[in-house]
Amino acid sequence: MRKLPILLILLCLTAYNQSFAQQQGNKLPSVTVKNLDGQSVKTDQLTNNGKPMIISFWALWCKPCIKELTTIAEVYPDWVAETGVKFIAVSIDDARSSSRVKPFVEGKGWDMEVLLDPNGDFKRAMNVNLIPHTFVIDGKGNIVWQHTSFSEGGELELINVIRKLNKGESLE
Amino acid sequence: MKKFLLPVLAGLFLFQSVTAQDLAEKSSVNATFQTDAAYYTNDKALGIDKTSLAGKRMGINGYTQVNYTLQNFSAGLRYEAFMPPMLGFPADLKGNGIANWYARYQVDKFSVSAGSIYEQFGSGMILRTYEEWSLGYDNALNGLSAHFKPIEGVSLRAVAGYQRSYWEKFESDNRGIVRGVYADANLNEIFPTLAESKWKISLGTGVVSKYEKMTTKTLIRPIDNQGSYEKYEYKLPSNVGAWSVLANLGYGNWSWMTEYVGKDPNPSALNNYIYRRGQALLTQITYSRKGFGVQLMAKRIDNMGFKSRMDEKGNVLDINFLPPVTMVHAYSFANMYPYATQPNGEMAIQGQINYKIPRNSALGGKYGTDVEIYFARVNSIKKESPAPGIPVDSTGTLGYTSPFFTFGDEIYYQDLKVQVFRKFSSSFKATAAWFSQIYNKDVIEGHNNEYGKIYTNIGVLDMTWKLDDKKALRLELEALFTQQDKGDWMGATLEYTIAPHWFFSIMDEYNYGNPVEEDQLHYFGVSAGYSIKSSRISLSYGRQREGLLCVGGICRYVPAYTGFGLTITSTL
Repeated sequence: MRKLPILLILLCLTAYNQSFAQQQGNKLPSVTVKNLDGQSVKTDQLTNNGKPMIISFWALWCKPCIKELTTIAEVYPDWVAETGVKFIAVSIDDARSSSRVKPFVEGKGWDMEVLLDPNGDFKRAMNVNLIPHTFVIDGKGNIVWQHTSFSEGGELELINVIRKLNKGESLE
Repeated sequence: MKKFLLPVLAGLFLFQSVTAQDLAEKSSVNATFQTDAAYYTNDKALGIDKTSLAGKRMGINGYTQVNYTLQNFSAGLRYEAFMPPMLGFPADLKGNGIANWYARYQVDKFSVSAGSIYEQFGSGMILRTYEEWSLGYDNALNGLSAHFKPIEGVSLRAVAGYQRSYWEKFESDNRGIVRGVYADANLNEIFPTLAESKWKISLGTGVVSKYEKMTTKTLIRPIDNQGSYEKYEYKLPSNVGAWSVLANLGYGNWSWMTEYVGKDPNPSALNNYIYRRGQALLTQITYSRKGFGVQLMAKRIDNMGFKSRMDEKGNVLDINFLPPVTMVHAYSFANMYPYATQPNGEMAIQGQINYKIPRNSALGGKYGTDVEIYFARVNSIKKESPAPGIPVDSTGTLGYTSPFFTFGDEIYYQDLKVQVFRKFSSSFKATAAWFSQIYNKDVIEGHNNEYGKIYTNIGVLDMTWKLDDKKALRLELEALFTQQDKGDWMGATLEYTIAPHWFFSIMDEYNYGNPVEEDQLHYFGVSAGYSIKSSRISLSYGRQREGLLCVGGICRYVPAYTGFGLTITSTL
């Protein structure tokens, strides 16, 4: 049990992180990823013309990620019509499976924008460790909300965040 | 303890001083933190007791990473602690300290970085440095990198450094120096006339070289066919180069990628010190339109192991990454016998079809039905004696000759998957999947003709009921059938979630078909998790079966154990 203090310190660090979570106003970092046509995209230039964006990290081998994207794909046209939100799914599949992403996404009939981050550059810059990890970016390009993991019904919380942003309400 | 605290405090200080200075407009900080811990309990059935644990009741893997950006400048630190590493992680990870740091200056066309460099050339077959926490894997290049974009559509990259090997300090004779340059050209961006073309063309090419100080090594070589050996001093190349050419072609819904790589003679422990050149070809073609996607891939790997220490055989110091053409599955039993690329030689093909049976059709039902069919097959390459009287793969020889397009006779791996997903109503959906696999245990795990091949059939039924807006129940049933190895298995997982915060699960995997009666064990486990914002904590207790955990290109063997597990993760 000598290791208990270490655990406690790490727990405190988590609490510390949480207490600062409200101060988020970070912009997207600048790294290069690819779209499904193989064209380069700079991540700091991702925009939705002043409307909020959702960026979600996923991979083909991640079951909860597929569940999240399948669920959202179904309601996505309604979301766009209602809020104007844009959803960007960033696949962190490496060279082993990144070539299967496009046929998979098309085969599922998803309408969301999909980007490829095969060596995890964007993932590292965003400090993502477990996926799914979902970020909300407001119309001014600030990262204002994030969440890891997904379970059924989690999409309702997400769209509520977008609605609040559109109304100018506080996220707290 | 002091050793542990200082870097963490330093990281915090950095973080705090920035927020205090109110540089919010210009600077940003993000930090992430994860700790995984396990407490191991005795388990008679698995033969685990005080003696076998040797005092290692606990394993803790933890890290924290802080990234800081101020306009064109960014920097980051990564602190890691393995005290000691959890079961199944390399014992050499034991320790703690600053594992990683970087500083980068970036302007429009140019960027330079110092510190731990993560880089990938092409599909990674000549160079890929990356980090995979869940495997304890990190082959970061410690050194310098520069990126330059002379014109739109062209990018040049250069890197140089030595690779991380756990906590081992770099010495000029314990690992080599890796240098590389790579150029990418996207013709659609270079030539404005092609900007709107239906054709998408991009090309890439690069060179990597490894330098090692050691130039001679005394090895044992065969002197006749009767099994007599002698000691012999070999001259080994100090510089080993590798090069790559890649073309990516797209037209409308089609895309086609091919990469060919070559490598200089690179006698090493991995290839039994043969002097043959290495080569690999990877080609893949995809066609997709809404509701339908197909992908085909073929690969040949021939003597392409490439590490920055020639006598290294473990999961460390890999310069390149040879993408396995096989799939990491989402279901437990389908991953029981996972494949890992054989760097010394393999021929592989793979194909996948995704199809959505449309909504409101006779077969598709109200919401449509997703079908996925996947097939992969990996064989040996054909190897013939390099010269009369010399056995294949003999140390100090050219090793073998091999016809490029010929499949070898030995099956390494085969995987067939048919999966159907359907949403039946707004409250019920289900996935059914069938897998049929062949796993060459001797080759993949490196045994000497002890086990042969394992033929498995696996069935999965995964059902989710939505109880209300936030609550859902998921039941997963799995069965694995095989005549070999540990025999048949069945398993069930029941999961209850309350979005967006809570998660509870209970599971059992039962090895009822094990030929050894006392090994017909239940692997029972419970877990619960709580997520808020970007933090998550989960706690589990149970017995874990032994197995290979594979992510990306590498696999880690995890022994069976019983105990408590805790994971805390948080990102700011």
